[in-house]
Order: sequence, then C-alpha cells, then structure tokens
Amino acid sequence: MNTIANTTNYTTRLGEVVETSSAAFTVQCYDLYGAPALGALVRTGRDSPVYGVVRNVVTSSMDPGRRPVARGQDEADEEAVYRSNPQLDKLLRTDFQATIVGYPDSVGTGMRYGLPSQPPRIHAFVHACAPPEVRAFAEDLRFLPLVLAGAAPEADEVVAAFLRQAASAHDDSQAFLMKAGRQIARLLSRDLQRLNAILGSLRA
Amino acid sequence: MNEPSGKAALMGVVVGGSLSRGVEVRLDASFPVEQVKVGGFVTIQGQANRFFAIISDVTLEASDSSLRAVPPDASDPFVASVMSGTGAYAVVNVLPQLTMSGDAFAMLSGPQPARSIPAHFAPVYAASEEDIRAVFGAEDERHIWIGSPLDMEGVRVCLDLAELVKRSNGVFGKSGTGKTFLTRILLAGILQKDVAVNLVFDMHNEYGWQGTREGGPGVKGLKQLFPSKVAVFSLDPEMSRRRGVSPDAEVRIGYGEIEPQDIEILAATLNLTPQGVSSVYSLVRRFGQEAWLEEFLARENREELAALADETSELFQVLFTLHRRLRTVGRMGFLMPKAPEDAVRRILEYLDRGIHVVLEFGRYGNDLSAYILVANLLTRRIHDRYVERMEQASGGRNQEPRQLLITIEEAHRFLTPAVAGQTIFGTIAREMRKYRVSLLVVDQRPSGIDEEVLSQLGTRFAYLLDNERDVDAVLAGVAGARELRTVLSRLESQQQALVFGHALPMPVVVRTRDYGTEESYREFGFRDAVELMRQAEEDGKDLFGP
Repeated sequence: MNTIANTTNYTTRLGEVVETSSAAFTVQCYDLYGAPALGALVRTGRDSPVYGVVRNVVTSSMDPGRRPVARGQDEADEEAVYRSNPQLDKLLRTDFQATIVGYPDSVGTGMRYGLPSQPPRIHAFVHACAPPEVRAFAEDLRFLPLVLAGAAPEADEVVAAFLRQAASAHDDSQAFLMKAGRQIARLLSRDLQRLNAILGSLRA
Repeated sequence: MNEPSGKAALMGVVVGGSLSRGVEVRLDASFPVEQVKVGGFVTIQGQANRFFAIISDVTLEASDSSLRAVPPDASDPFVASVMSGTGAYAVVNVLPQLTMSGDAFAMLSGPQPARSIPAHFAPVYAASEEDIRAVFGAEDERHIWIGSPLDMEGVRVCLDLAELVKRSNGVFGKSGTGKTFLTRILLAGILQKDVAVNLVFDMHNEYGWQGTREGGPGVKGLKQLFPSKVAVFSLDPEMSRRRGVSPDAEVRIGYGEIEPQDIEILAATLNLTPQGVSSVYSLVRRFGQEAWLEEFLARENREELAALADETSELFQVLFTLHRRLRTVGRMGFLMPKAPEDAVRRILEYLDRGIHVVLEFGRYGNDLSAYILVANLLTRRIHDRYVERMEQASGGRNQEPRQLLITIEEAHRFLTPAVAGQTIFGTIAREMRKYRVSLLVVDQRPSGIDEEVLSQLGTRFAYLLDNERDVDAVLAGVAGARELRTVLSRLESQQQALVFGHALPMPVVVRTRDYGTEESYREFGFRDAVELMRQAEEDGKDLFGP
C-alpha cells in the first residue's frame, strides 16, 4: 500500500494560500489560468500539510476596482487578444478555493480525515497531488460529508469530479466507483435526488 | 459451537422487532435477496446466546420515500447496483425459536425455547449444516430423519418418534401434496425404531403391500419392507387377491357388534334424521344388542315394519326410511349376521405381539360409511381393551400395553364438531396419552375437524393448503401463527411440509425424504432377495468356513 509519505512529491507547485479558515482555503495561482481541475486534490505546505479538494476556481482582475474590458473586437481569435495585450497576465489573477478534507497523521504515514486543528498559513505553498497520492488519500472516503456539505448542486459536481479523478488513479476504477457510490448512497439515503445526480455524473 | 462456522454467510444485522412478531433483519448488501426463502433457517449471534430462527417474511424497503415515486434509472447497472443494498434494501423478518448459550451446561441440555431476542445489530447468518444438526439431532434409536430443510439437500431434519407417538398427530395437505408418502415414512420409521405399534385404517390400500405413486410404478408397502413385523388384514379379500396379495387375515363383523352409536356417527353419511337415530335405540331396547340389526333387516315388507312401528311406538315413516338406509349398511360384504371369529381379538393378538396391523378396505375404501363404521367400531373396542388393561396395569396386576398409534384418513368426516364428542376418535384425541393410544390423523380438510381435537394434536405436518380456513385450523393455538401462515402458504405443491410441534424443537419446512427408490427402502433396513442371498452365503461361510 502506498503511504502518504512516499507518494508525496513537491514538483508541481501551483500557488500560495492567500486566504484561510478552518474549513477552506483560497489559493492564488502563479500562472493565469493555472488552477487545477475542479475536484482535484491539492496539498499545502511542507511542515504541516493540509489536503483540500478544489471546489471553486475564480479568475478576476488583480485590482478589484478595475474591471476587465472587452479588447478583442478587431482580433481574429481569442488567443490573439492575449498576444496583443501581454500586460493581461499581470492584470488578471486566477484563484481557487479548496475544501479542507484531511491531513497526514503525526507519524506521517497515515491520514486523518477531517479538519486540522490549525488551518494552513497564508503564503503556504500549494501543490497538486499526483495520482499515487490521490489513490492513497482516497482509500477511505469518510471525508465526503465535508465536501457534500457545500451548496448543492455545485458540491455534488465537485464530489463527482473528485471521484472520477480518484477512479482514474485506480487500476480497477469500476470497483472504486462502486465502493464510492455505495458510500454516497448511505450518506444521501434521505436525499435521493442529489444521490441520483451524483451517480449520474459519476458515470459521465 | 457458539461461534458461527466459517462457511456461514453473513445475512445482515438485527435492526428491530419483538419476540411476539419476530425480529427484523436488515439484509446485507452482499446477500442476494432472492436467496432469502421463507421457511429457511438463520442463526443470530447475540452477546451471550446464539439464536435459531426461521424466516417468516421478506420486505423491500427504501431509505427515502421518494424512491417509490421516482425510482432511479435502473437500466443503468451501475446505479442499480449502487442503490441495491444501500438506499433500497430488504428487511427479513425472522422468528427466534431457540437459544443456545455458550456455557457447557447449556451445550449438554441442548437448545432451549427462545424467551428473549438478540440486541440491535447482532449479526445474522444463514444457518449452516452444523447448526441444523445441532438443533434437530441425528438419527438414533428414537429419531428418524423426515427430510431436508429448504435448499439444504443432504442435511437431515430428525424427528423424535418416541415423543411423536405419545400424542395424537396430524398430517394435513391438499390432495396430491404428499400426505400419504409422509405417512408411509412415519409408519416405516415407527416400525424401524419400534417405538409403538401401528394400526392403520388403510382406506385406499396404500400402506399394506403396495402403494400407488402418481405417474410411476407402485411403491413398496410396509409389509414388503418389514414382512415379519406387519400383518395385513382385509375387509375385501377378493380384491386383495386380485391385486396379487394374500392378506394375513380377513375381517368379518357380525351384525351384533354394531352399536347404536356406530349408526349415530353415520347419520351424516347415511343421511339419517335425528328421529331415525333415536329409533335405533328403541330397536336395541326391543331386540337386544346382539339381534337388533338382524331382526330389523329381516323385516322386509311394509306390514312387518308397520307392526314393528306399533310395537316400538316409533313412526312408521321413520322406521321405513331407517330400514332403507340400513339396508345399504347390511349389504356391505364384510358384515354378516354372525362373524366367524372376533376380529378385534385377532387384531389385539397381533398388536400384543408387536406386529403392526394394516387393515385394507379394498373396494369398501370408496364407501365412506363403511370406513367410518369399521374404523369407529374396531377402534372403540380396541380402546376399551386398552383402557381396561391400563387400569389393571395401574393396579399392578398387569403390564402396560404397548403404545398404539392408530392411523385414520378422511378424519374430517368423523371428527366434525357435531360428532367428535361421540366418536371414539374424539375421545382418544382428547384424553391423549393416558391410555397409551394415540391417533395419526391424515386429512385434507382440517377445518372440518373439531377444534378441541385439533388443539390436542402434538405434532402437525402441514403440506400446502389453499383454503384460508384450513390454514387457520392447522395453525390454531401455535405461537407465531400469523408468521407461520406466510410460510405455509408459500410451500411448493409437492413434498414440502411445515412441521411443528412436540416431536421437534422448532417449526421447520422440510422437503420430505424420498420414499419409493431402492435406496430409500434400504434406509429403512430393507434388503432385496439378492442381497439376502449373499448375506446368507456369507453367514454360511462364517459358520462353516469357505
């Protein structure tokens, strides 16, 4: 079995934490449009890592007072807009929010699912998790209520996206999806509409 | 013993219920609901006790009521398999019947009736073969196996015959379900284990030499299996001979042996009015017990009957009708003015020697009045003798007679509430084992049998019954009757029976064992001629050397 420690890699650094709370943190990406996919698993910091699931990606103006304006009327395609306006990379920013779902235990080999005693610090580096790490994290799905607790129906899409990514990290993705589906069915036994929606997008 | 065996499959966990209505088990997602069969066995592992229970019902439930209104897309196998066992699940209702606690004393004393239920979340397992053996024991000098539990071929459910014969018992079921086969098995078992002596009123000539089987060759009767232990009596030796059977004795009944109460029981079948019945009593007063029927039947013309009516101050019309009806009785071939020998004495002689008696009715089996008349008359007199002997035995002057089991068919005809009070069978059923005579009632309309008689039946074997009232009658007075009802109504139409009562620790649905194959005969100790010959040769070698 892969432990958390030996699946961790620090190569794909995405950005830094710019806003943080017990349940979620916001990351500003180093690159415009450099956010991971919705539902991706990310990890903060090196000293006291915290895992989060990407739940919302926002790209907006660097300065809240200056709204972007339309610039492409005379351009042939969208890419040309960016080529003609190289300053856009500096004027726009991509942020994403992640729901905190767990952290490594004190020994560093196992995983604690749930909220850490302290949220990640501001400027903590945020890394994307590689498939082995995702697979190790998704061994246990007891963190799903934290993600499901977000506002429906977006939260449901986040869960489905996470599970699809985790499934593709597994050799037997069908078996994983079946296990995950049953777990969700238990959690949402009182809300079959949500359950149906999630199961529907799990297949997709 | 107190641990579930490795083979047992987890069926689910206890989630609710009560002792009276049964315990609810939420079926585990991995256990296919279609494998849960009503009548099957489960074991529940409580904290201190292990419970044995019988499945009485299965329900499909949903965690959310909207599932009924908007079912998920079941055409998608993924969605269907995720939902089944989670949002949509099955609840199995089981009736705890027995408990077995873990300590050594309890293991020696065996399973006890359940007076408690397991706690929430106790795991439930499909019963394994060892469990069944632990409950129903093994074959020994007083147990025979009667069949296997559902879907457990090769596991033997054993019946305590010694306990069975102490009380009256009933075999019920629609025609063609297997009553006669089971009765043969029971009778052969009693013969094999020698726990009682049988007297069979064999209406349709099924038990003596050879029995019939639907769509197949005949099966061996008791006489063929146990030639030295069974005597076949016949009311109709002519027919017996036609069937290639020579009866051990003929039964002839003298007119003088017929008592007014024998006629009274026949009132319904002979269509007699109450006045007709009461005039029989005045005829007995007039002519005496020995002569009344002969004298009455001898008066063949109207004038003689009119004179008799004057003498006995009965109405002529009543006597006239009675005469016409009793003439049909008088024409029965086995009745004669004077019987050459006392049939009852002869039967008792055999029974005393431990030889089982099958009374074949031959073609009179189709005549219900003949059957009722003979069965009632013989049984009454045999019972009288038993009572006499038991009383002598209790005074220390005699040995107690052997336990006698009398098998009667079509019992609803003479154990109806109207006549059960008068017939000897009603008396035997009610007084139970006091006089060491008990009944084996074989019948297809248990609702026609007097409630009081039914309530005294020790062990009941119920095959499929369609009629609601029959089902009620069979289950009357049984704990968990409502739940057993579901079990009973779901039996297959052949060879499956619900068995419950004194001879078994708990109710059980069995597929009754085969009877009619060579192997089945051997199980009862039968050896065919070739084998006997070989045995004799070997014995010869043992004796005299090769």
